[in-house]
Amino acid sequence: MSGIPPFERFYESHQVEVLAFLRRRAGRERADDLFQETFLRALRAYGRLEHGEHLRAWVLTIAANAVVDAARRERPAAELSAEPVVEDERPALEELAPLTDDLPPKERAAVVLRYGYDLDYDTIGAALGSNEQAARQAASAGVRRLRKEKEQR
Amino acid sequence: MTAVPAVLDERFRAAAAASGELDVAYDLLEDTPVGRLLVGVSERGICRVGFDPEPEAELERLARHFGPRVLRSPRALDRARTELDEYFAGRRQAFELELDLRATPEFHRRVLVELNRVEYGHTTTYGALAAQVGAPRAARAVGTVMNRNPLPIVLPCHRVVGANGSLTGYGGGLDRKEWLLRLEGALL
Repeated sequence: MSGIPPFERFYESHQVEVLAFLRRRAGRERADDLFQETFLRALRAYGRLEHGEHLRAWVLTIAANAVVDAARRERPAAELSAEPVVEDERPALEELAPLTDDLPPKERAAVVLRYGYDLDYDTIGAALGSNEQAARQAASAGVRRLRKEKEQR
Repeated sequence: MTAVPAVLDERFRAAAAASGELDVAYDLLEDTPVGRLLVGVSERGICRVGFDPEPEAELERLARHFGPRVLRSPRALDRARTELDEYFAGRRQAFELELDLRATPEFHRRVLVELNRVEYGHTTTYGALAAQVGAPRAARAVGTVMNRNPLPIVLPCHRVVGANGSLTGYGGGLDRKEWLLRLEGALL
């Protein structure tokens, strides 16, 4: 079971922080629904995780995406900023995070989860509430956009 | 940071069970006549009854056998809890729960299926059970199967006694075996 804790332990470890995060981002009222949405998304993806590392950053990314999705449902046209991913010891991510700041939220999350956390597209798709193909497209669109930005600098 | 409100926590646990995405939903039954029990159910049926559970070890075990999506979800246990309550109150003689014996090795399963035919209030012996699965000399192995029974009480290993009528042993301790047999009227 390559270090993946039983979901109960994962849920207990991160519930307080996820709820606090959601309250900051979406307000007290919406946070309640998003709390359930976040952990249901995590549960859906959990069986396909290949390792148990960076689960905190992983679930906070899912929470951030749930916030973005909910806001989009409410006012679809608005431009939304999302700075999902949280600090983590992994150096690749630290380097990646500032680079991806300007990407649209979905692309940013896909790039960070793929290249910062080394998750497979199946898992990323589930975490983003979409599917493997959409996750793959979002990540590659994100990478293309980053390249372009780099060239323009 | 403050704790997650109980209502929110319970709502998620119920929604998780209802989503069909859990490998195992479990709960702790705190005050049964035989003490604290951990009961687990999968989509296929009841998969675990544990005496004096050490949650850490039990969760690891469930995750290893059935998958990592293991969550405490009292709502999902309603049926199992009702049947066990009825049994402890002497109002139920046979369980109707589906059984999930996926994680049990083949020989063990054969013995447990045979064990399940031993009726309420009756006893059998390790040797007799061994003979019934076509391994008449495997009484000792049958003892091991009883000891590792993942579903004690539901699969009635307490109804298996030594050839001389002694209680012999029980995974949950002899006191419990005696209590269960008395409940069923198999001991005076």
